[in-house]
Amino acid sequence: MRERSHRTGPGNPARRGPRPVTGRNIGGLNSPRNGLRARAAQADSRHVRKGIRALIRIESVTKRYPDGTVAVDRLSLEIPDGSVTVLVGPSGCGKTTTLRMINRMVELSEGRILLDGADITRQPVNTLRRSMGYVIQNAGLFQHRTIVDNIATVPRMLGWDRGRARTRAMDLMERVGLDAGLAKRYPYQLSGGQQQRVGVARALAADPPVLLMDEPFSAVDPIVRKTLQAELLRIQEELGKTIVFVTHDIDEAIRLGDMVAVMRTGGKLAQFAPPDELLSAPADEFVEDFLGAGRGVRRLSFFTSAGLELTTDPVVAVDASAAQIAERATDDVPYLLVTDADGRPLGWARAKDAVGGEGLDAAQLLSHGRPFEFGRDSLRDALDCAVLSPTGWAVAVDGDGRVVGVASQETIAGAIRDAHAERKGSADRKAAAGAPGGPGATGARRTAR
Amino acid sequence: MSGGAGFFDIPSDLQHTYLGLIGEHLKEALIPVAGGLALSLPIAQLCVRFRWLYPPVLWVTTVLYAIPSIAFFVFLIDYTGATETTVMIPLTVYSLVVLVPAIVDGVRSVPQETLAAAEAMGFTSMQRYLRVELPIAVPAIFAGLRVATVSSISLVSVGSLIGNEGALGNLLSDAHVFHRSNLAVTSVVTTAVLAIVIDALLIGIRMLLTPWLPRGSRSARRASVDAVTGPAPEEARPLEEAAR
Ligand SMILES: Nc1ncnc2c1ncn2[C@@H]1O[C@H](COP(=O)(O)OP(=O)(O)OP(=O)(O)O)[C@@H](O)[C@H]1O
Ligand SMILES: [Mg+2]
Repeated sequence: MRERSHRTGPGNPARRGPRPVTGRNIGGLNSPRNGLRARAAQADSRHVRKGIRALIRIESVTKRYPDGTVAVDRLSLEIPDGSVTVLVGPSGCGKTTTLRMINRMVELSEGRILLDGADITRQPVNTLRRSMGYVIQNAGLFQHRTIVDNIATVPRMLGWDRGRARTRAMDLMERVGLDAGLAKRYPYQLSGGQQQRVGVARALAADPPVLLMDEPFSAVDPIVRKTLQAELLRIQEELGKTIVFVTHDIDEAIRLGDMVAVMRTGGKLAQFAPPDELLSAPADEFVEDFLGAGRGVRRLSFFTSAGLELTTDPVVAVDASAAQIAERATDDVPYLLVTDADGRPLGWARAKDAVGGEGLDAAQLLSHGRPFEFGRDSLRDALDCAVLSPTGWAVAVDGDGRVVGVASQETIAGAIRDAHAERKGSADRKAAAGAPGGPGATGARRTAR
Repeated sequence: MSGGAGFFDIPSDLQHTYLGLIGEHLKEALIPVAGGLALSLPIAQLCVRFRWLYPPVLWVTTVLYAIPSIAFFVFLIDYTGATETTVMIPLTVYSLVVLVPAIVDGVRSVPQETLAAAEAMGFTSMQRYLRVELPIAVPAIFAGLRVATVSSISLVSVGSLIGNEGALGNLLSDAHVFHRSNLAVTSVVTTAVLAIVIDALLIGIRMLLTPWLPRGSRSARRASVDAVTGPAPEEARPLEEAAR
């Protein structure tokens, strides 16, 4: 039994796209990752039944280039079905080589790779490749073809008629967030971010079960990158592909990965674990160094804010009477959070000033900063809000931006301690029960709030 | 300056009208370029596939280019006689020195990511060459074609060395023989106009074939191709050649 019922499991608010659009999320399973976990768990049991545990299985694979360079050294990985596996590591550690061995753009020297249980060398190489979408840095679009033709390339090669391929391409443009008006343009007329979206659409065109992505977002600016990452998660939530994603950016790995494989120079696997586990228990010094500073705080991204104890004591409406204000402004409450009539935050008022009698002046308020969304944002977001808040209190809002309460830095610190304790407890229980540590195993889920 | 004969009164020994000469000239200039292109495409493909082949191929085309046409004529005349074929064979050979590197460099300029994407999508190497590499090399190939064509138009005139096969170039020898300098003017001006018109035509075709090129970068790309294929602006090379 997996620890699904824990209130503050590793709920992965770290990985959040824009609002999920599928019905699957109703009832609090509103992080893309959650739906994914559910599916991964199903996939797991299905595979156990079929006797296949992973869609892509890399078995003790070595790649020696003709010049003698050993790019990958006896690498073994089980890449789970229907989820995102990230290969991360310093430059030259063999990530691209590993990825390209999967679609045989690079032939392995030793070992074997199984796709759904069958050796990848058993089918014709071009058939294999067409069953795997491939996305690379700078997109690698065909500059001499229009966007719609670029996307329709593989369907056309598979013999779809022009009309069907085009319809499919237009559907995909919409799915990846491209305006239909761009269809007839050429790649040079698109921004880098748009080109990258076309690259993703092109890889998805023939609906391949596997998507191989080699630093797809590293050539765009950080803001566009964030958007693209979020969109990838959204698309993944809808399509449930098996994605192998290469990056040298550990933050990207943690944000996108259901499983993260950290590789070290020389093509060796340093650690293969879910991101939360990576942050809490790096296998060795190399992984720890690679993760960089702030591991503890970053790990908070995996704790939901749903367990936080909020208080509404300091919250008053802007049109509150003097008596109401006086009642709120006790000794424990140096600041009052003022909301508008709809309950949306306006700002903080000094309790002493407010009690003075002139009423609440919206223009005199201290900024409330960016609020966090209760239950959906992580403890890291909550802590961040509290630290940045002029009053040291974080403002919690619901999905519509209405205040549901506030939390002090101390409250948040307490919640963090509780969450750690609970996580540790469940890990111990799991160890005691001898539960297998598959990707689904850590997928505890937040309960609906 | 004898007689009152005008610019377009072609001496009868040439057995052609003015327009006939133009037709003849174009035929002798363009067939070799077309033939050169047909030869260059597979040669370039081999040079791209087997990198080691490129330097020796380049060396051979350069050496062939260095052989004066008169030497070709002396050799060929035993086999093909004093015919236009004898003129067109060396012109074909000369065009290789421009076309092979233009195609090779054009194909090699296709970005690595594009090639990787094509490979990953399951293109066979033939599909990749025909559907990706060649189309993307079109601007470079046309840059080469323009140089080769203009140079060929200017070179046809050397055909007059073996009698009547120089087309508009024969007007030059006739100008000398008949002391009619206006014929020389006709020859030079007509050749120049032909070169300009054909060049413009090639530019037009290239633009039709490459709607995907960023506007404004067309000339930039051309300049970069010239940089690769060596200092061969189309004005300069024909002049060198005319000296042969
Ligand atoms: N064709 C090749 N011939 C010889 N050595 C190669 C070849 N391709 C890659 N290598 C070497 O293999 C090692 C791994 O290369 P690879 O491209 O897989 O690294 P990477 O992890 O993708 O790096 P980066 O993050 O810089 O892209 C490197 O040392 C590289 O120099
Ligand atoms: Mg790489």
